[in-house]
Amino acid sequence: MTEQVFDAALALLVMGVGAWSMMAGRITSAVIIFIVYGLLLSLVWVRIAAIDVALTEAAIGSGATGMLLIAAAYKTGRESGARETVSGSLHVIAVLLASSVALGLASLAFVLPGEPVSLAGDVLRSLPDSGLGNPVAGVLFVYRSFDTLLEKIVLLVALLGVWSLGSDRDWGGIPGLKPFAQKHSVLVLLARTLPPIGLTYAIYMTWVGADVPGGAFQGGTVLAAMWVLVMLAGVRQIPRLSSPALRAAIVAGPVVFLAIGFLGFVSPGQFLAYPQGFAKPLIVAMEIALTLSIGVILGLLSAGPSNGKDAR
Amino acid sequence: MLDLFSVACVLGGAILFMAGTIGLLRFPDQLTRLHALTKVDNLGLGLIVLGLLPQFGWLTGVKLFCTWLLVQLSGAIVTQLIGGAIRTREPRR
Amino acid sequence: MSGPLLFWLAGSALIGLGVYGITVNRHPLRKLLALNLLGSGVFLLFGVIARRGAAAGLGGDPVPQALVITGIVVAFSATAIAIALLSQLQSKAGRTSLDDEPPDEEDRS
Repeated sequence: MTEQVFDAALALLVMGVGAWSMMAGRITSAVIIFIVYGLLLSLVWVRIAAIDVALTEAAIGSGATGMLLIAAAYKTGRESGARETVSGSLHVIAVLLASSVALGLASLAFVLPGEPVSLAGDVLRSLPDSGLGNPVAGVLFVYRSFDTLLEKIVLLVALLGVWSLGSDRDWGGIPGLKPFAQKHSVLVLLARTLPPIGLTYAIYMTWVGADVPGGAFQGGTVLAAMWVLVMLAGVRQIPRLSSPALRAAIVAGPVVFLAIGFLGFVSPGQFLAYPQGFAKPLIVAMEIALTLSIGVILGLLSAGPSNGKDAR
Repeated sequence: MLDLFSVACVLGGAILFMAGTIGLLRFPDQLTRLHALTKVDNLGLGLIVLGLLPQFGWLTGVKLFCTWLLVQLSGAIVTQLIGGAIRTREPRR
Repeated sequence: MSGPLLFWLAGSALIGLGVYGITVNRHPLRKLLALNLLGSGVFLLFGVIARRGAAAGLGGDPVPQALVITGIVVAFSATAIAIALLSQLQSKAGRTSLDDEPPDEEDRS
């Protein structure tokens, strides 16, 4: 009973905050409300027994996306303070369209086919072969490893896309992220104390990801957050994008992933298949390389393309 | 007895959080809103963590305590930064 | 009403809100926000499907859950590209409107 009351309150809260982020007056407020919405949504994920998704939603959906959106809102949102919408009749049509979509989907809840289909049993049966304890990690790295590989490549392509939006002249230069100017700010203190803790936490999260909720993506996001903090506080220089070490870190994850994938041709005879008995160490090696790459890529995505010496 | 302690502490924390949220929504200016927020961070979360401690083993207890410490650190510094930003903007208002 | 059913309804409402936000708002950043809201609503529906597939001692079917994790990451990548395009549009054209008619004489698309 109490659980249902909590669920109902949570569902209402998520809907309400979601609606608020669509209606908010100023664009920066809308973005901040959206971040709150993401955190509430990760509570929903906990309630429907998807802890891995809850961590990913809090880290990526709310944290990393929110960071990019705040920067963008600050840059672009000033010119148009108030919320501009389409006029009169179009607005009514949009409301009708949106509510019919919502009602149609909602009604599907009552006509879902009776017997739920589940692959949980199959996953648990083959999970011991991989040596992993976390079924979601098992699905990500064994059952659907091709998707996971391509997902990392999508991230890499996104970074290349962001870079290529700078001008040709500045290719490989220093990203346009402006450090927080004050040298004696308390932010410097935070940027010096927090990274060791965050680094430990990122390693822990990646390491336990094989057996309990966690993993490369969540760990990588923590890593990225620490790096962005250090760059913003001006404790360390933002590196040139052409730096070989940086580029090696960016491709480390996909390269190790691909290498282990090709290794599959040698031993079990198939791309992305793991040799018998070596699945877990190989997966952990992949996760470590991926954590590094994800951390660096996320950090560079928030740092933006290089815009030359004359920072605006 | 321990359960009673937990319930009392978590309830106290929850009430503090509610009071802080009301303060955040109702207080007139940024500095007082900040004041409402920090009290909740310190004491409200502290009470909730204290209440949950007897419910778990020592390892989870250490993790909970670390969570509280980290929130303290980030809360204190973010508050300082926001306060500084308000102060530098003040003369222009 | 059970929890998953409630969250299904919430997910549907979020999708509706996202559709509304995309169609109605003019500012591209708000459209992007609405797109993310829509996406998270879709993920929530996936999550409820996963919850219905709770079996073999697991709280939910791990396959849709893993799909959602991949989905969140891809949505983030798309958002990052969109934001970069948007800030480029602003620094090149001086405005962030996607309308055809320029608000002033300057029109460099």
